[in-house]
This record gives sequence, C-alpha cells and structure tokens, in this order.
Amino acid sequence: MSAPTQTKPRTIVPFGPQHPVLPEPIHLDLVLEDEKVVDAIPTIGFVHRGLEKLCEKHDFHKMTQVAERVCGICSFMHGMGYCQAIETVMGIEVPARALFLRTFWAELSRVHSHLLWLGLIADAFGFESLFMHSWRVREKILDIIEETSGGRVIFGSCKIGGIRRDVADDILRRIRRELDPIETEFRDIASVFDQDPTAKRRLRGLGALSREDAHALGAVGPTARGSGIDFDARKLGYAAYPQLEFEPVVETAGDCQARCSVRIREIHQSFDLLRQAIDKMPAGAIEVPVKGNPNGEYMSRLEQPRGEVGYYVKGDGKKNLGRFRVRTPTFANIPALIHMLKGCEFADVPVIVLTIDPCISCAER
Amino acid sequence: MTAAQSIEPVDPSSLPNRAAAMRADGWRLMQICCTTVGPNFEILYSFANQLALKNLRATLPREGARLPSITGSYLCAFLYENEIHDLFGVAFDGLAIDFGGSLLKTRVKNPFAANATPA
Repeated sequence: MSAPTQTKPRTIVPFGPQHPVLPEPIHLDLVLEDEKVVDAIPTIGFVHRGLEKLCEKHDFHKMTQVAERVCGICSFMHGMGYCQAIETVMGIEVPARALFLRTFWAELSRVHSHLLWLGLIADAFGFESLFMHSWRVREKILDIIEETSGGRVIFGSCKIGGIRRDVADDILRRIRRELDPIETEFRDIASVFDQDPTAKRRLRGLGALSREDAHALGAVGPTARGSGIDFDARKLGYAAYPQLEFEPVVETAGDCQARCSVRIREIHQSFDLLRQAIDKMPAGAIEVPVKGNPNGEYMSRLEQPRGEVGYYVKGDGKKNLGRFRVRTPTFANIPALIHMLKGCEFADVPVIVLTIDPCISCAER
Repeated sequence: MTAAQSIEPVDPSSLPNRAAAMRADGWRLMQICCTTVGPNFEILYSFANQLALKNLRATLPREGARLPSITGSYLCAFLYENEIHDLFGVAFDGLAIDFGGSLLKTRVKNPFAANATPA
C-alpha cells in the first residue's frame, strides 16, 4: 500500500509595490510552499507616465529633454540614445570631441549607477556601513558630473548634433588626476564585496541563472554577463568606443555574486575608459547645425549601466515624431528575475530582486 | 553610428513559425513595439544576435487587431505582448502568460491607441 501523496499548502505573499528594498514600485505575488518561492507573478504600471506618447506633441528637439527624464540615474544615456537615433535617421555627423565627451559622461554615469547599486545591495543584506561607504565614493563622482555638466541628476548636456557645453582641457586633466584616489578608495570597498564572509554568504549560489536561460529569457547587461553572455552594446561602435580599448566583463557563475562581481569589474573598466577618453580627447567643435526634420526610422542601441537599451524612432518629415519607443533593460530583465526567484527562500527575495538592478522609472517610461 | 539592421515585412499569421526559426538560429528577442500608422498598426519584432539586429514587421488593421503570440518560442515575449495589449488594444492569441489587461494600471484604457481620450 502506497503512502498518500501530500501536497504542501501554498501561500501567496504580496511583495511590493511598497517595500523597504524597493525605491520604486513593482509588485510581485510570491507563491510559497513553506518558505520556498515556487512562482512569482509581476505587476508593473503603478507609475506609468506615457512619455513615449509625448513625441506626438513635442518638437523632436525637445524630446531630448523628455528622453533624459525617463530615468534619474541613467538620464544622460537616455538623452544620448535618443539623439543617436535621430542623428542616424537624419545622417548627422557628430563632431569627434562631442562623441568623446558623451562617452566621458556615459562612463561617469555607469560608475555612479553601479556605486549606487552596490550601496543598495549592501543595505539589502544588512551591511549598512558598506552602503554608506559606497555612496560616499559615489558622491565624488557626482561632484565631477556636477562640475562638468552643471547637473547631478539631469545633465542636460546632450543635444541632437552634439553636446550643449564643452569641458576645458585643464579641467579634464585635473579630473584625470582625481580619478586615481577615487579608484583606490573604491578598491577597498570592492574587496569587502569580494571577500567578506557575510557578503559572500548572502550572494554566492543565490538566484542562479544559466547562460541558456539568460539568452532564452532575453536578459541583458550585468544580468546576462553574470551568466556568461559576452555581449556589451558598447561594442556596437557608437560614440567614442571604437577608439577605446575594452572587452566585455563576463562572469560565469550566474548567481548574485557573479552579477555583483560584473558591476565591480565594470567600475574599474569605466575608470580605465574615462582615462582613455581624456587622454585621446580631440580638439574641435562640439556640435553641428541640424536642419530639417527626421524622415525615416531607426533602432538605436547602447549599453546603460543596467544593460542594453533600445530607442526606436520613426518620423515622416514633420517636426513631431510618429513613434518614440524605449525598450529599457529593466523591462527586458523581468522574465529572468521571475526565473531566478523560483526555488529561492522567501528571505532571499529582496537580494535577488536587487541583483537585476531594477529601475522601475525606466520600465514605466 | 549606423550598425547594420534590417526590417523585413512579414505576414502576421507566419509570426510563430518565423519566431521559432529565429530562436533555432540563436537570435535573442530584443523587443516588440507597436506603432500607429494611419488605419493600421505596425508591430515591430526586433531580434539581436551579438551586434546584428533583425526586425520583422507585421502590419494589421487597427480595427479588431489580433496577432498570434510568439510566447511559444520566446516566453519573455509575454511582457511585450501584454504591454502592447494594454497600451494599444491589440489582442494576442495563445499568449502564455495573459494578464488580461492588468499588467499596466493605466487610468485610460488603451491610452496609446489613436482614438484614446485623455484623462
């Protein structure tokens, strides 16, 4: 006589949209068997702003400012991606100095975004002093951004055809010298993430995503590279990246520790790219005049801190675009997140959610 | 920057088979996007393979717009298809995870459809 089959009772626990680990609202219905997550059902759209629709009302030049406001962390890159798409449709050749300065601000954005994330993940696994140290270093990057662009959140530096403001060469040389002590401070913090047993215990082996699953689920950025996918959209050759030497940062373990390690190594890589960009900064104009209206369509892609982002623009020769579409990395990483959560312990959910570096503002553009 | 990319018109009914072939060839689903063009919707399916980008475009009348889902080949398409359903009102047949119009909590139904009334 066989023993009767016992089915474990399932409980649904709502996670978010308000949760200490979530700076922005996303909701997950977590289906639990005891303390184990067996499924997660997402709901987004709590703060959907319909920014894409504004292209039908605003002049295509003004949409640069709208694009920058998609997100408060990677605002510069949103403006840059939009401008790249329009410039390609209109056949605009952006001056080399503008491309290098775009790269300079883009890499500063990556460093400050990754440092912000390191602070948040440290806070999520209860290491508050590590959170504070990460943000202390980030503050120095924000100071550089403020000095060179005038803004700390919205730079307002990118425009179609180039950039709005130049940065004097002596300021760039001074910033280059300042990068060394900042990177040294960061190296001390990074070693804690890599070696501290508390951090390792909360990250290693958690939220595993295989290379095959990452590819099938459309994961991008550090989420994909942490699973062994060697794709970095900077290799597409936009801005000044063709003139700079770098290789995608890849880890193979696919767990939370791997995604953390990718971001740490990418910060070092960004410091290197910043130095290269300053060293190779060409002289010359920073913008070209833009005549006419966009007539055509293009999907521009670039690598944001959270991963590949796509900007689709379609114009028909009028001053307003017919369509402006942003596919953000957080949106692309949600299916991978759901996959990672299945099988994890309930207490590990906040850490796993954070390892895709969710930016709900981006997803709710 | 003008990385190579192509746009190929496709018959809407052939989408599941085309998606299956793209998946078998190692392409990653990069995004799906809907655009209102006159009386039609244009649905753009973008697939990426390292640096290459290939787009398939299905055009269908806005009135009673329906498309077959490609979630059979790309499960991650469920987010894009639910988003297009909620913003534009396009229905997807065979959608693996169907939120029934509740993925995006918008105040106006199908706000990106051309005939939507502002709130």
